[in-house]
Amino acid sequence: MRIKSTLENYVFVLPAVTIFMIFYVIPFIWVFQLGLFEWDGILPTKTFVGLGNFKEILFDKIWWQSMGNAGYITLIALTLQNVVAFLLAWACDREIRAKNFYRVIFFIPPVLSEVVVGLVWQWILDGNYGLLNHWLGAIGLPQLTRNWLSDPQTALTAVAVVHCWKGFGWGFLIFLAGLQTIPRELYEAARVDGANAWQAFRKITVPLMIPVAVLVGILTILGTMQAFVLIIAMTGGGPAYHTQVPVLRILASMRGSSRFGYACAQGISFGVILMAISFIQYRFSKKYKG
Amino acid sequence: MKTSAYYKAKKVAVNVVIHAFLLSVALTCIFPLLWMIASSLKSQDVIFKDMSLLPKVYHFENYYRAWMEGGFGRYFINSIAYTVSVVVGIIIIASMAAYGFSRLQFPGKNIMFYMFMAAMMIPIPGSFVPLYVLLNKLHLRNTAPGYILCMINVGLSTSIFLLKTFFDKMPKELEDAARIDGCSKLGIWWHVALPLAKPVLAVVVVFNALNVWNEYVLALIIFDSRPLMPLQVALTTFQGEFVTNYPLLMAGLTITALPIIIVYLLMQKYIVKGVTQGAVVG
Repeated sequence: MRIKSTLENYVFVLPAVTIFMIFYVIPFIWVFQLGLFEWDGILPTKTFVGLGNFKEILFDKIWWQSMGNAGYITLIALTLQNVVAFLLAWACDREIRAKNFYRVIFFIPPVLSEVVVGLVWQWILDGNYGLLNHWLGAIGLPQLTRNWLSDPQTALTAVAVVHCWKGFGWGFLIFLAGLQTIPRELYEAARVDGANAWQAFRKITVPLMIPVAVLVGILTILGTMQAFVLIIAMTGGGPAYHTQVPVLRILASMRGSSRFGYACAQGISFGVILMAISFIQYRFSKKYKG
Repeated sequence: MKTSAYYKAKKVAVNVVIHAFLLSVALTCIFPLLWMIASSLKSQDVIFKDMSLLPKVYHFENYYRAWMEGGFGRYFINSIAYTVSVVVGIIIIASMAAYGFSRLQFPGKNIMFYMFMAAMMIPIPGSFVPLYVLLNKLHLRNTAPGYILCMINVGLSTSIFLLKTFFDKMPKELEDAARIDGCSKLGIWWHVALPLAKPVLAVVVVFNALNVWNEYVLALIIFDSRPLMPLQVALTTFQGEFVTNYPLLMAGLTITALPIIIVYLLMQKYIVKGVTQGAVVG
């Protein structure tokens, strides 16, 4: 009877665990195994190269360039995107009209796919027929017009700004939820004590929002470092590797050069870096929850 | 002495500044979409010259052509089919598992649950590489079931987490009553627990639906044959074919984006809830 009941209980988790084992655990183990081989993904034979793939990564200039590019986009997202998100949340965290309208609108870019966003912006930024260049010409600044996405000087920044456009809604919602947990009485008390708005902001809002800002910051880093679909849609990684990012390199190693082992090794090295960031997040959230 | 009129004027001024800021950002959010729709309604002859938001002549036939000649009808139906299958699969599989983890006893329960939770925390960039190899071995690559199973797996952890959190807080009395009435465990899950979980199920449905509809990279590596592709992959794969025809591309983009925007506007309450809850887990 007991055994039958236990078996019956397993039925509940069996489908989920089976799918998870096959589509998560096995690939997870394979990444580490494949990373030690040179393999084209088709032939039945794999050549064992030990840590050769990892050694190669150390000297892979394009890999590190793509890492730098992702870092640059992340830096812009951390500053521009999150500052805008916070200011918007702060502006919305009060008795104003149409609060809900703004909240709904700001989260439209995040629900769109990166492909749609990328292709629409590519059309707007088009060098010959794009709307941006047309407007620049119309307001008398034709010297500023350029081929935004194929000019090495602007391509990466253009991609980064569009990434921020797509992503600020997340930070906005989380910041707003955080601001709304601050008890109104604190502001009342500060006002009674003669504090002006700026002082209240600095002494109440900022310290209480630090944990939320850390959370948003970490989510931004993890999300932006791994972003790549938007770039496929906008530039495909060009011009000449100027907008390459790590995951795009992994995809290229696999599909372009058919080097499955090298792609896995790239995935592992990149994953370790992201894990370190995740770990810092975990430590921070522990510290602030306690 | 500052008068009350001064404070009133100051308050109005602050409000104007705040609204100007919020409104300008809101406009930036919407404008590219309006531009996309406007471009989709222009003809090939004028799209490179007519820079107005309202075309002089509306070419609605672009949509018909994108749907029929561009193949977007097919891709649209594929996307719908994948989204519905994955969401239904996740609802059943994740809610069963979450109910098991929350209410039932069996050896190894905690380890299994923590495994799902660990999967949410550990980023594996490039996990598509071994998945490609796996699906090849299972002869599931370039098949709809292969993609659907992969996507169910993608949504499982978060869905189980959300549902288990809900079941943990749910009062047990109703289930006890059903048990006394002779209801089986599966019967209780289906007839009692699931109906009570409707609010959180809505969050799970909306989130996974958005996720599948917008998914790109797995579909890219799994599907080779054109008739199986979902919208997102079709858009980038055949983008080259449209470069000479921007109105059709823009119509295709609108066909891809519009369902998501409509679902979002109808269900935004649940999305906001999911984001704020998800961030706390994150």
